[in-house]
Amino acid sequence: MGAPGAFDEIWGHGGPERPRAEFAALSQWLAETDAAELQRRQQSAEAAFRQLGITFAVYGDTEAAERIIPFDIVPRVFLAGEWQRLSEGLVQRVEAINAFLEDIYGERRILKEGIIPPELIYLNEQFRAEVDGVRPPHGVWAHICGIDLVRTGPDAFYVLEDNARTPSGVSYMLENREAMIRLCPELFRDFRVAPVDSYPDMLLKTMQSVAPGNNPRPVCVVLTPGHFNSAYYEHSFLADSMGVELVEAADLVVDDDVVWMQTIAGRVKVDVIYRRIDDDFLDPLVFRPDSMLGVPGIMAAYRAGNVAILNAPGNGIADDKAIYSYVPEIVRFYSGGEAKLPNVETYRCREPQALKYVLDRLPELVVKLVDGSGGYGMLVGPTATKAQIEEFRAALVAEPHRYIAQPTLALSTVPTLVEQGLAPRHVDFRPFVLTGSDGVRVAPGGLTRVALREGSLVVNSSQGGGTKDSFVLLDDGA
Amino acid sequence: MLMLSRTAAALYWLGRYLERADFIARLVEATIRLDALSTRPAGEAAWQSALAVTYTDEAFALTGDELTQARVARFLTLDDSHPGSIVRCLDRARNNARAVRTALTREAWTAINRAWLLFQNRQTTGGATATLNLLEQVKGETRGFEGAIHRMMRNEATLLIQLGAAIERADNTARLVDVKYHLLLPEGEQVGGVVDRDQWNTILQTVSAVNAYRWLYNDGLQPANVIDLLISRAELPRSLAACVEEVVALLNALAKRTGLQGEADRMARARMARAQKTRTHDVIVSGLHEHLEAFVGENALLDGAIARQFRFI
Repeated sequence: MGAPGAFDEIWGHGGPERPRAEFAALSQWLAETDAAELQRRQQSAEAAFRQLGITFAVYGDTEAAERIIPFDIVPRVFLAGEWQRLSEGLVQRVEAINAFLEDIYGERRILKEGIIPPELIYLNEQFRAEVDGVRPPHGVWAHICGIDLVRTGPDAFYVLEDNARTPSGVSYMLENREAMIRLCPELFRDFRVAPVDSYPDMLLKTMQSVAPGNNPRPVCVVLTPGHFNSAYYEHSFLADSMGVELVEAADLVVDDDVVWMQTIAGRVKVDVIYRRIDDDFLDPLVFRPDSMLGVPGIMAAYRAGNVAILNAPGNGIADDKAIYSYVPEIVRFYSGGEAKLPNVETYRCREPQALKYVLDRLPELVVKLVDGSGGYGMLVGPTATKAQIEEFRAALVAEPHRYIAQPTLALSTVPTLVEQGLAPRHVDFRPFVLTGSDGVRVAPGGLTRVALREGSLVVNSSQGGGTKDSFVLLDDGA
Repeated sequence: MLMLSRTAAALYWLGRYLERADFIARLVEATIRLDALSTRPAGEAAWQSALAVTYTDEAFALTGDELTQARVARFLTLDDSHPGSIVRCLDRARNNARAVRTALTREAWTAINRAWLLFQNRQTTGGATATLNLLEQVKGETRGFEGAIHRMMRNEATLLIQLGAAIERADNTARLVDVKYHLLLPEGEQVGGVVDRDQWNTILQTVSAVNAYRWLYNDGLQPANVIDLLISRAELPRSLAACVEEVVALLNALAKRTGLQGEADRMARARMARAQKTRTHDVIVSGLHEHLEAFVGENALLDGAIARQFRFI
């Protein structure tokens, strides 16, 4: 079992015999479908993923350079009402993130009014002075956001992390759904599930909406670091399903502040670039000079307003873990209302009082590096060894400003197929929110990650996590 | 939408590498059969020639291994230390396919990926039967790929893959005839002399033409006929005549779609004009080896002209 008393999204607190009333039908399907049959379907899905090459690479892992992420056949389900409330919170949060970025690289009212300590911005590596005063086309910064959520009860959702740079995982939302439709068609007959397959169209419209100038047919491309990148499958998948070119740096040249791609018949002007390359590597003339993945001059073209770059360079300042704890204030500052989606309570170790609190309670807390990701540089107090705790204690004392700490949440679980049959496993959730010049839209689904090891709270694919399809029901009367 | 130069290059090479993988599979298959039918040391010679056809005789000599079926078959299929093995060709093909994933359909990609997966974590080919099974699977996937290509949009992506395959096929056939002929008819022997049925059959098998030969010639195996079939008969898809015509047609189709026409077209058309005038008998009399060597050289020049014409990067 996970944290004792964890809320199960289908079984509630009552176990398989007494599921939540809204999920009686789904629970019955689970009970009636033979576990061996579910195993068979799950294996067939994974075999299909392998053939399609839906793989990810684990850095530094040469043995199995390409792996598939385990897929769990039991879907995670959101009721229509739950989803409605969640969406409102997501839209509000992403609007605030965009307003914050516009402000930080513009007037900086939020600093002048003392809401955020200025050193948190100016001393932050994610603050890019290179784009200070540059307004992206149509004033949109965070076009594609992935907001990581956790849940502790029926209506208790918390934001764990914002991803406003290049969030990945949307291809799993789409491929997992394809697998589910093929393997469990009866579920789609019995439940009205919101379709997710319009996501590529939504993304293309978002891209087209932010094209500079009035070009009615802007040339859009997806820029990938190349096929050795761990998320390459997703890059190619998105380009393919939008019907736009997937380009590498070598395909692009900048001439007179205009970005061109090199085709068999010569150059073609590029208007919108969905880049899946970090800021650091985007332009060796502006950021890291040793970058082989970037396009020299692309930032000059961006500053001249000749190309839209999704997401905008400099966004890292909005999703940085040090800024995260201020997002509720950020939402209040720009929207005038309270955040509909709360943060997880967060102790900023840079503040002496908070540090003392954290050091006293290390075995109960989760401690994170503000600049870490992928589950690396993280202490999960309740499951850590004494040695690990002491290691973090020393690190915290030495460099408190690099850490934040959060209480260990009783993350919700969803029934998951394991060797012994169905068992609750902890999950998190990443919905995708698109912002174009014409507004904010939430894709009706997302990526549910599941910690496959019993009791584990770490859902990262690099550390033994799997994925599930995420159903959003169109009505609750199933 | 105009195609990226990098995409064009990758598609062309994808076509070449898959064709090469398929060719090596058929060559190994035919050689296993030949080996089974011959007594030592004729079997050894069979494997030696298979290595020569794939330009891997020197690389194999460096391994110090014996010329046995187990060793050479493994070397040509599973050994990724040299570029002449099936596994390396599939690896290259798949890398190119990954780089242009968006230019391929799911069907086309999965065929390549499935072929590649056949070789993952495989240490040995097993005995002759297991090897033949593996090769049969490889051929099944490459056939599946060809089928998938014909269901793709008929655009420059498809044409470039086919162009790469046609150039590669021309090279493979020329090389096969050159090496085998040299081996079968050592200097001084006359064409039409003593025929080693099995040897000539091996050549026909490698280009999937055993029955085609019967239909076209209605005659027992005659070396001159086999050479005529492989060089001049455009009905046989793997003959030099067919490859030469196919390259011209594909370049024409590409010119229509992209407006790109140039040196490659001129070279390919000149080559076709000459090929149509070539009579097998004259070639054999004046020197088959010289003829084939010149053909392979010209094919390489044409490959370079194609790269320039489509701005490969």
